[in-house]
Amino acid sequence: MAYRWKNDLTLGDATPRGVFLNRRQIMAGSAGLGLGLGLAGLAGLAQAQEALEANTLDEIRAYNNFYEFGTGKEDPARNAGAMVTSPWTIKVDGLVDNPGDYALADLLDGLTVEERIYRFRCVEAWSMVIPWNGVELADILARVGVQAGATHVAFETTVQPDVMIGVQRGVIPFPYVEGLRLDEAMHPLTIMATGIYGEPMANQNGAPIRLVVPWKYGFKSIKSVVRITLTDSEPPASWNIINAREYGFYSNVNPTVDHPRWSQASERRIGGGLFASRQDTLMFNGYDEVAPLYEGMDLRAFY
Amino acid sequence: MDHVARINSLGRAVPTWAVYIHLLLPVPLYFYMAATGGMGVEPINALERKMGEIALQLVIAGLCITPLRRFAGINLIRFRRTLGVLAFTYLCVHLVIWVLLDMSLRWDQMWADILKRPYITIGMAAFVMAVPLALTSNNLSIRKLGPLAWRRLHKLTYAIAVLGAVHFVMVQKVWETEPLIYLVVIAVLLLLRLQLGQQGRARA
Repeated sequence: MAYRWKNDLTLGDATPRGVFLNRRQIMAGSAGLGLGLGLAGLAGLAQAQEALEANTLDEIRAYNNFYEFGTGKEDPARNAGAMVTSPWTIKVDGLVDNPGDYALADLLDGLTVEERIYRFRCVEAWSMVIPWNGVELADILARVGVQAGATHVAFETTVQPDVMIGVQRGVIPFPYVEGLRLDEAMHPLTIMATGIYGEPMANQNGAPIRLVVPWKYGFKSIKSVVRITLTDSEPPASWNIINAREYGFYSNVNPTVDHPRWSQASERRIGGGLFASRQDTLMFNGYDEVAPLYEGMDLRAFY
Repeated sequence: MDHVARINSLGRAVPTWAVYIHLLLPVPLYFYMAATGGMGVEPINALERKMGEIALQLVIAGLCITPLRRFAGINLIRFRRTLGVLAFTYLCVHLVIWVLLDMSLRWDQMWADILKRPYITIGMAAFVMAVPLALTSNNLSIRKLGPLAWRRLHKLTYAIAVLGAVHFVMVQKVWETEPLIYLVVIAVLLLLRLQLGQQGRARA
């Protein structure tokens, strides 16, 4: 069985929220003034560390893609409040030993909720660092019992037309669906998150439970999951259905494979303000440990 | 005095510099908002889009001048150049934000984007076409080029308007309503001209 992924970042590594905000301002100021070599070196060091700093809860809750609640980045924060997240039932079906409708608490009962500070890279070339709380998807899959023939996992988001303005408008087909290969789903980095910063997930972030796959573009990390299906073929994925040329099934973060309409070579971290500089996008969003999953695959063909 | 006459006399009374100042105020205002958190946690993108949107709105306003005169008798021709120069100014601000704030002077990436990304290619083409129009938006240029050649040159505005709206439509991930409305409005304004042109020929 695979090793258990160890979180080498903790909130202790991340500068406390207020402090890093100040430091960011100081750094932005000194960079703007173009200070001497010594200070520039210091700023470079600080910038390397900055990559590990978590975004504030306010930022994480203010800027989201959740098309059920509108296509604007601020729409989910505005509109998601009315989504019903309790009670919450997840249907588990397909090639599993214990299919059924699980109450959320039953599905998670006894599993270890861990803190995982992950980089989060949107396909739109912006990024955040988010301290998730969640359980490894592998643990959930072990609980429901994956049958021998299963090769993929399919996920589905809740549809609540009464409170979902995007569903009413039909901007994209709903329910939103996503999928992973089984080995991706079983990878210890892959979690089902229920909270951020130790607080329950805000609706706009995908309450009460969502997938987080940190080495893939954000849209793979499907929100507000109500169904998990084990399948023996590649399941449909919403953005791939909408525009297969632009959004592949794999959608691994890859600076060398561009989106047809924009470059994926660099990204901007949310929260840096008006003068935040772009930073290079990392292969697999910096999670090199997943590279063996794709050994021998042409990642240009399987984007 | 009826409404049209009232608007016309108001149009004669308002100096163009007042229009310049009034319509340039949003630039510092939005920059201030973006710098102080008033435009959300991703202010660069918000500001960039806002400036592009205003540029397009000014182009549309400029395209309204002629039909307003023909169909409603409202004469605001004095402000057409003002609107055009303002539109170009916003276009420049939009571009500078892209180069400096959005792309952080990553020239190779920008160059690749201009060549490879249709929406950026289109946006850049619109900007390049707008440069000669801005440079010739003065009386001296009209005299030097002659009114006919000048007018022909400034018909580029039509292409710029269409390219700008298409650029706006293509930036979105899905078919959004708002940019499509811009495109439709521009199409209608251009079709009106087609009709005007035919009427003109018929009369002659």
